[in-house]
Amino acid sequence: MSDPHRDRLLALGAPIFLVGLWELAIRTGVLDARFFPPPSLVILTFWRLLTDGTLAAHTAASVTRVLAGFAIGAAAGLAAGLALGTVRSLRVALEPTISALYVIPKVAILPLVMLIFGLGEASKIAIIAIATFFIVVINTTAAVVGVEPLYIEAGRAFGARRLQMFAHIILPGALPAIFTGMRLALGTALIVIIAAEFVAAKDGIGYFIWFAWNTLRPEEMFAGFIVIGALGMLSYEVVRRIGRRVMPWLEDDRPRGGRVDHG
Amino acid sequence: MSAKIIVSDVTKIYPGQGRPVVALDRVSLKVPEGEFVCIVGPSGCGKSTLLRILAGLVPCSSGTAAIAGGDRGKPLHSLVFQEYAIFPWKTVLQNVAFGLQMRGVARPEREATACEWIGRVGLSEFTDAYPRQLSGGMRQRVGIARAFANDPEVLLMDEPLGALDAQTRLILMDELLHLWEADRKTVVYVTHDIEEAILLGDRVVLMTARPGRLKAEFTVPFTRPRGIEVMGDPAFAGLSYQIWEALRDEAIAAMGPRA
Ligand SMILES: Nc1ncnc2c1ncn2[C@@H]1O[C@H](COP(=O)(O)OP(=O)(O)OP(=O)(O)O)[C@@H](O)[C@H]1O
Ligand SMILES: [Mg+2]
Repeated sequence: MSDPHRDRLLALGAPIFLVGLWELAIRTGVLDARFFPPPSLVILTFWRLLTDGTLAAHTAASVTRVLAGFAIGAAAGLAAGLALGTVRSLRVALEPTISALYVIPKVAILPLVMLIFGLGEASKIAIIAIATFFIVVINTTAAVVGVEPLYIEAGRAFGARRLQMFAHIILPGALPAIFTGMRLALGTALIVIIAAEFVAAKDGIGYFIWFAWNTLRPEEMFAGFIVIGALGMLSYEVVRRIGRRVMPWLEDDRPRGGRVDHG
Repeated sequence: MSAKIIVSDVTKIYPGQGRPVVALDRVSLKVPEGEFVCIVGPSGCGKSTLLRILAGLVPCSSGTAAIAGGDRGKPLHSLVFQEYAIFPWKTVLQNVAFGLQMRGVARPEREATACEWIGRVGLSEFTDAYPRQLSGGMRQRVGIARAFANDPEVLLMDEPLGALDAQTRLILMDELLHLWEADRKTVVYVTHDIEEAILLGDRVVLMTARPGRLKAEFTVPFTRPRGIEVMGDPAFAGLSYQIWEALRDEAIAAMGPRA
């Protein structure tokens, strides 16, 4: 039995219950308050940092880096992936190299990137761009190669020429998988920026958390975690909405059969 | 009558992994202008391969297959795919107008033509729907409309009703007869259903199990225009049985050796 009201109550109630349990555990001394600040304190701290603009400033710094790096990396990755997916010889020549580079954790090359791009914004944007590029190029190549051959045949049967084939069949056919790559890349970009800011920044959410640790203020660390969680959910939702816009054929806008509402 | 389609000595060998597959073995076929010829044969005998060769999608290993061009500046052929192959990312309208669009027909003109065909296959209220919103039968109607709207010299249809339930098939067969009746194009129609072949075709050509060769052919005696009522004619059952007799051994052969 599925009751949407009960489901919503469960989905909201369970985390509230857990947070209550956490508060209780600290009050009773089961958890050490030096590592796990009580939720009440976290919420108060979060509210203070939100209203005095501290969080906004750090968030803006991180988001700017992510957006700039993601835009560069995604554009380059998309172009390269479309080329690799379409031209077989290019794929044969470069795919092994790209796959090999792909598996290197991008955080590992951060020192190298800082050596090349210096300590300023450029190195942070570059590391995000690199991380994004590899994920997008690999997924885009696979997306293009994976376009159902039947649709390509249908295109040929109706006289599509090279460019028409690309615009009408290859690109839309590959789009869903390309978007999956973009979503993965954005998630990774968030991880990478936090790590980069831990060691190589004077602002940003990563820096903020690192600084809170250095100054032994766990409640501020937790406020930082809340921001990261919110950013993750927000980016996921934004990509999903853009995806629905760009690929309306994937959306089921005609509810029918199967979906029974017990409400 | 002049031959619209001439297939002579066509052999098709797929290289395949391991051992090559001989899909067609010296197949020859002449189809006069305006004839509706049905090809019947067991699964895997090379029917789709023959249509793909005619549509210029795969080359033949030896022999020649040619469709005589007309003077209308129209495309030579349009293919209705066994697997529908309509584009999920295009609306019904965009799918049906696809061939015209590829040929550079201006938008208002191609959309008018497409709408007309969408109407004829009874999908007007789904003009702007995406394929995922359609049932299997509706999708294949789109595939059929896409081919007809392209106004080709020759229509190539590969088991267009193969994946549909019995009732939908009957309805669509009747619709197909009427659509075709309008301008009586040359048609090569592949099916594994004998009754469908007799109902629709002027001639039924039988293929052997793989490697596909032509085994026999039957002329359908019913006059045009016809409808599904000919299925009640005793001659229909007679011809149907005659073809089944000839096909049976091939169908059994196609199922492979049994212990
Ligand atoms: N692209 C391909 N590569 C290799 N072998 C193929 C290919 N296409 C078809 N074949 C083989 O050629 C033979 C004929 O295939 P084809 O699709 O033409 O049969 P069919 O008569 O249309 O069968 P069905 O009635 O099941 O649709 C089969 O044995 C098939 O495995
Ligand atoms: Mg077939």
